Amino acid sequence: MSDVSLAVNFSGIASPNPFWLASAPPTNTGEQIMRAFDAGWGGAVWKTIGAQVTNTCSRYSSIDWNGQRMMGLNNIELISDRPLEVNLREIAEVKRLYPRHAVIASLMVESTREAWHTIVQQAEDAGADGLELNFGCPHGMSERGMGSAVGQVPEYTEMITAWVKEKARTPVIVKLTPNISDIRVIARAAKQGGADAVSAINTINSITGIDLDTFTARPNVDGKSSHGGYCGPAVKPIALNMVQQVAADSAIPISGIGGIANWRDAAEFILLGCGTVQVCTAAMHYGYRIVEDMIDGLEGWMREKGFASIEDFRGLTIPRVTEWKHLNLNYKIVAHIDEAKCIGCDLCYIACWDGAHQCIHLDRVTGPVDGPIELHSTPASIEAAAHAAIAMTPIPKLDAHALRGAKGSTPLARIPRVDDTECVGCNLCSLVCPVDQCITMVEVPTGLPAESWEERSQGARCAPPVQF
Amino acid sequence: MSAEHPIVAERFLEIERRFPDLHPPFAPQAAVVEANRCLNCFDAPCTAACPTHIDVPRFIKKISSGNTQGSARTILDANVLGASCSRVCPVAVLCEGACVMHGRGEEPIEIGLLQRFAMDVFHSSGGKLTMKTAAKHPGKVACIGAGPASLACAAELAQRGFSVTVFDRNPLPGGLNTYGVAEYKLPARASLREIELIAQLGVEFRYDAEVDTPLLEDLERNYDFIFLGIGLGNANKLAIPGGDHPGVVDALEFIAAYKTAKVTRVNGYVVVIGAGNTAIDVANAARRLGAEKVSILYRRTAGTMSAFEFEYEHAKQEGVGFLWQTLPLRVHADGGMLEFLECIRVDESLAPIPGSEFHLACDLILPAIGQLPLLELLESIRGITLDEGRIVIERKTGQTTNPKYFAGGDCVNGGREVVDAVADGKRAALAIASQLEAIHV
Ligand SMILES: Cc1cc2nc3c(=O)[nH]c(=O)nc-3n(C[C@H](O)[C@H](O)[C@H](O)COP(=O)(O)OP(=O)(O)OC[C@H]3O[C@@H](n4cnc5c(N)ncnc54)[C@H](O)[C@@H]3O)c2cc1C
Ligand SMILES: Cc1cc2nc3c(=O)[nH]c(=O)nc-3n(C[C@H](O)[C@H](O)[C@H](O)COP(=O)(O)O)c2cc1C
Ligand code: SF4
Ligand code: SF4
Ligand code: SF4
Repeated sequence: MSDVSLAVNFSGIASPNPFWLASAPPTNTGEQIMRAFDAGWGGAVWKTIGAQVTNTCSRYSSIDWNGQRMMGLNNIELISDRPLEVNLREIAEVKRLYPRHAVIASLMVESTREAWHTIVQQAEDAGADGLELNFGCPHGMSERGMGSAVGQVPEYTEMITAWVKEKARTPVIVKLTPNISDIRVIARAAKQGGADAVSAINTINSITGIDLDTFTARPNVDGKSSHGGYCGPAVKPIALNMVQQVAADSAIPISGIGGIANWRDAAEFILLGCGTVQVCTAAMHYGYRIVEDMIDGLEGWMREKGFASIEDFRGLTIPRVTEWKHLNLNYKIVAHIDEAKCIGCDLCYIACWDGAHQCIHLDRVTGPVDGPIELHSTPASIEAAAHAAIAMTPIPKLDAHALRGAKGSTPLARIPRVDDTECVGCNLCSLVCPVDQCITMVEVPTGLPAESWEERSQGARCAPPVQF
Repeated sequence: MSAEHPIVAERFLEIERRFPDLHPPFAPQAAVVEANRCLNCFDAPCTAACPTHIDVPRFIKKISSGNTQGSARTILDANVLGASCSRVCPVAVLCEGACVMHGRGEEPIEIGLLQRFAMDVFHSSGGKLTMKTAAKHPGKVACIGAGPASLACAAELAQRGFSVTVFDRNPLPGGLNTYGVAEYKLPARASLREIELIAQLGVEFRYDAEVDTPLLEDLERNYDFIFLGIGLGNANKLAIPGGDHPGVVDALEFIAAYKTAKVTRVNGYVVVIGAGNTAIDVANAARRLGAEKVSILYRRTAGTMSAFEFEYEHAKQEGVGFLWQTLPLRVHADGGMLEFLECIRVDESLAPIPGSEFHLACDLILPAIGQLPLLELLESIRGITLDEGRIVIERKTGQTTNPKYFAGGDCVNGGREVVDAVADGKRAALAIASQLEAIHV
């Protein structure tokens, strides 16, 4: 018996855990969803149903990064291409066999009150535990006045949500598109229309790439392409930001979506206030089995932190995100390099010189010099000296000392040094350093009270400014 | 050179079969995965460790971006023998030994194999070396020897528009790259293919051209500068009774014979004397050519052998046996056939241990006890200075104490590696080029 509970109640929808499959190919059919539940998923948002559509070949394209596949996935797929009756029949069957799991029907129909009333009735009659209104699909459907064509206009969002609420007996979740300039406006409109919850984000308009031999964009449909919707690990930061914006603005439950692939990602979305999380790309990449570690990992972390339930930590980060103007301008940190860990790649050096503030130097052997750029060797002079140096193969007969030199011990000359009189504490070097905990950012007490830009700019008018 | 080349004859297939690649090349996707692992260090230690300072992270990142031709050009720009170096360099003590990955407790980036990958793509797509200037210069340079040092010097000068003639006493170019390096690292054919590109730059090659004092005087009159890349000579003779028996064959002669497929099989028991890299190479070769038993005889212990550690490990895998602290005393033969080698054990101070004599049956003895400098030729050149048989040069330019002569490679460093010879040759070429430009403006 576990001492922590992952069970959630999301706007009245009970689920054994917060892990739902997002409305997408992994939730195309009842057979799939039942296998997913067997694997451990707590809920599933059915692949969007509505009037049957025809899809293209091909449908997906992706971004690989540094040898890793699918850091971002793009699709030009429409809603379910199976007959509506089949989907409804299977919803009923899944609910009959898995009564304790959450089955959410994702809906998209033409923008008439009658059409929406009909589909709501059909989905609820089939036994769906809740409804998700797909106002987010950015391609194809939007050309037909549906999907993001609705979700990009606050008035349409509010109107259709209201139509649905006239009919619905189960909770209504509005799925938000990120392809807008301020997601809070749409979230407010959904709430205004009566939505019980929102889910965010849907996919981001994208062209993933172009074939440099055929000049065709991807994915290629008979020599042409069309913009698609982007998702996967690459979009997580964008999704987190949008979730944070909504969470801080509207008191409305949020189901978090976008780049979630493991329990860490899930915990982050929950810390920003999400009540459930939805997963698509990761399940498309590796299959339903990934949920096992999502459950195991999240439980382990909760135990370690002393959280008994999801509610114990949900939203803890919300007050810790603020506007820039409230940040403390008197907080100072500088980079510190751990000589014992440094492997001498000198990536921090070049990053600080070319991309930051020219305050990392290779002068441990020649003698440390603090101060402005003019006092130091430049990257070019260092490279030129290395190029001019004569190197020879060490051979056992003559150079036993060179061969004995322990591999992996970094020569002092290659270990950079931070001039902390010049370091602006930007973090860049610690981000590029390939060794964990080798560069740490160390606080330097300034002795000054915390002061934000807002305080400083107001204070300038009514009190003497702080003197440096 | 290639079509009716003697080296493509039938019997070479036998050698090829017995000496497959020791380190098989990367498949394209594996190359990209490995290339992605490289951190792209600034002022990279791998580059600093390479005697020719190939910009390693630059060529590696070009592999991961799919710019393999650009990768090959980056390599060739620093090292015109980038293909053979990628196969023969002792990378564990060079670039890969310096790789920062050791510090993270990870395997170093496989720089040698990545370099080979880029060069293989370059060669198989018919890549050519490019000129570094369109101008033709009046300066003329003669390179003595067609080994790696001279080839690097000649290529660099030709790319800069100078006329270069290379003289070698052998019928084929490449020096030890063609006649010496173990076939499972660098097949003679691959060496020749690489040199073909240098010939296409307009470098003139004179084969079977032993340079002696009269010819040298002639060259001094007709060329502005002379580069000496003559390498070293034969191995020390086995100076014991019976050491001159025809069953005692100089290791280098033996290696050249199998690499040119004059020898394709070895039977019976083979004894190799010495414990340097050449001893290891010739012992491994004898195994691969069919010798039932190969023993390396060395007067000291494993810890003091002059072969690289990885070469010693390799020899053990090839099934070579080692007899440490053993001295050969006398070769016993029955007419044309060897019978056995009489040996004795020695202690740490190399003093023979009385009563420890024993007989080692053998059919072939291969002494590999250090190459000798080519003193006869060197001593006849006026004005150059020798130090223990090595030509003394100014390190940065390769110029000897006779300003007409430059030198590089084994004849200068006493016998290091191919890449050292290439670095020397290129440095000398740059110095010669700037002197020629000054003379002929
Ligand atoms: C058995 C063996 C294995 C080796 N394996 C490796 C290895 O795996 N990796 C590595 O990096 N290095 C290896 N080396 C070392 C490497 O081969 C040499 O360091 C390199 O070839 C030196 O190049 P070089 O141009 O100075 O001399 P060489 O390659 O020796 O070339 C000298 C050339 O000069 C010619 N020559 C000499 N005298 C005259 C004359 N009077 N007239 C005309 N021509 C003349 C010779 O015929 C020869 O072709 C090995 C060496 C040996 C002996
Ligand atoms: C640290 C940082 C600061 C930036 N500051 C600005 C800025 O002041 N003005 C601006 O127009 N873009 C700014 N940008 C955006 C960049 O110009 C660029 O549009 C963006 O990084 C996307 O390009 P990339 O991801 O390919 O590098 C900044 C980017 C970074 C990373
Ligand atoms: S924190 Fe920024 S400014 Fe400071 S050393 Fe690192 S890169 Fe340079
Ligand atoms: S990035 Fe890290 S490992 Fe590399 S040189 Fe800088 S401190 Fe050392
Ligand atoms: S040292 Fe290793 S990781 Fe760094 S650039 Fe060289 S090969 Fe790449």
